[in-house]
Amino acid sequence: MKQVVILSGKGGTGKTSLAAAFAAIEKNCIVVDCDVDAPDLHILMKPKVIKTKDFYGLKLASIDKNKCVQCGSCINNCRFEAISDDYIVDPVSCEGCGVCSLVCPANAITYIDKKAGEIYISETKYGPMVHALLIPGEENSGKLVTMTRFSANMVAYEEKKDFIIIDGAPGIGCPVISSVSNTNFAIVITEPTESGLHDLKRVIELIDNFNSKPFVIINKFDINNEKTLEIKNYCESKNISVLGEIPFDIIFIKAMLEGANIIDYSPESEISLLIRKIWSKFKKLTEKN
Amino acid sequence: MIISIASGKGGVGKTFVSTNLALSIEEENVQFLDCDVEEPNAHIFLKPQIELIEPVNVLVPEVNENKCTYCNKCSEFCAYNAILVSPKKIVIFPELCHSCGGCSLVCTVNAIKEIPFKIGNIYKGKYQNIDLIYGELDVTRPLAVPIIKEVKKRIDKEKIVIVDCPPGASCPVIESVKGSDFVILVTEPTPFGLHDLKIAVDVISGLKIPFGVIINRSDIGNKDLWDFLERKNITLLLEIPFNRRIAEFYSNGIPVISYMPNLKEKFKILFEKIKMMVKK
Repeated sequence: MKQVVILSGKGGTGKTSLAAAFAAIEKNCIVVDCDVDAPDLHILMKPKVIKTKDFYGLKLASIDKNKCVQCGSCINNCRFEAISDDYIVDPVSCEGCGVCSLVCPANAITYIDKKAGEIYISETKYGPMVHALLIPGEENSGKLVTMTRFSANMVAYEEKKDFIIIDGAPGIGCPVISSVSNTNFAIVITEPTESGLHDLKRVIELIDNFNSKPFVIINKFDINNEKTLEIKNYCESKNISVLGEIPFDIIFIKAMLEGANIIDYSPESEISLLIRKIWSKFKKLTEKN
Repeated sequence: MIISIASGKGGVGKTFVSTNLALSIEEENVQFLDCDVEEPNAHIFLKPQIELIEPVNVLVPEVNENKCTYCNKCSEFCAYNAILVSPKKIVIFPELCHSCGGCSLVCTVNAIKEIPFKIGNIYKGKYQNIDLIYGELDVTRPLAVPIIKEVKKRIDKEKIVIVDCPPGASCPVIESVKGSDFVILVTEPTPFGLHDLKIAVDVISGLKIPFGVIINRSDIGNKDLWDFLERKNITLLLEIPFNRRIAEFYSNGIPVISYMPNLKEKFKILFEKIKMMVKK
């Protein structure tokens, strides 16, 4: 079983549309949405949820007013400035470290579990899908990504899948690190813009630190041919295969507006054929890995 | 006045809006903060003369193994799994540490000392009369929030502060928008844009900060987004239709308003509108 994560650095380059397309093409796969902050893959995959699991993130400090002696120890020792002068815990700032309850001489502070999201195991017409949703504003999206991938691995082993396709988050921070660790391959979707190239370099540098082999797809390559060339030169210098260059095509947007998978929406279109070619190239190049 | 630009979904035009807004109100004293420290891009458009680079360090534990008794108390205490103790060895994972200081408090033999660990840099520079400050997370470091906090410590309240935020809806976004007088949420009229806008609206409403929406590429999508705004009574600040020239300027790292006076005028009006809304 091979695990491939779709990343981009910069947002809005086409990760989700392509992850959905690959999931439609690859017959024996499971698809996982690890952009838990702002997941969109379900819009294209239309999953039917079979099982929901609660996700608990960091614990939250809770001060018992009746026991509190207002000594100030918790306020002084909290590094996150999460306790106000009138001993009220700010749930947004509290990182659940446990220091306040450790230093409290009156045993007035306990930690409560806080539900921070949900993990869903679903069926789609293309096969199983595992996705999640972080409650808006909650922390620890990295841990939720890890738990989501854990659920996906279980399903993939049970159903003997060849591929786990993971739709990642933008950026290079904790959720992305959790998405790329223990994958075999990373496909980075970029666009020929100054920002796209800048962010591509940072995400490739991140992938280099893991045991994952990177590939690149240049989306909307024809909006700036010079930048596309620059990206190709960069990839060549880093010995990274460019799997394909996808032109800017209104049909791509139309499919998304319908909430449809491009492969179903317009199976014979140039774009769909191109995406099929890209996926077979990827499989060919990774056969031996 | 602090105006933050956020989005939920990535790639909808946060940096486009924030940099062009900053450049449109040239008669104001503008301070621009790029809080998308994972992938900062504003400096691509506001090409600053960098005057100062400061490292951002967080405190992480260092264990004196001569004193350590391998009692495991620190490891048990650590809520972030940043310390692993085996019978004869202790391993620290500094990138997982949240710098709470708990491990040194629970250590009974005083074997833990906190030392600085670099996770990124803060850049300070000037472009025309805009003060630009941006953070950059070192690659492989997971925690963006301490860098965002450092960037925000440098806010100059006398100025018009424009904050370019990261995408998403979790802790880095909260840290970036906290304390703002107004938030501009940028989106596009697609199912993805609408879905992620709803999440962003939840976050910003939860923080009780007044906000409005800019619809970018307003002519490529469907009407669902407008229906949502109307239903929720959310202010529509501006619509920016798709324009291939804008996309080309953007792709080359050129601020669009230098070539499109119409757009500049629109951003000026937008700024006046926001000032009024904040006063109320």
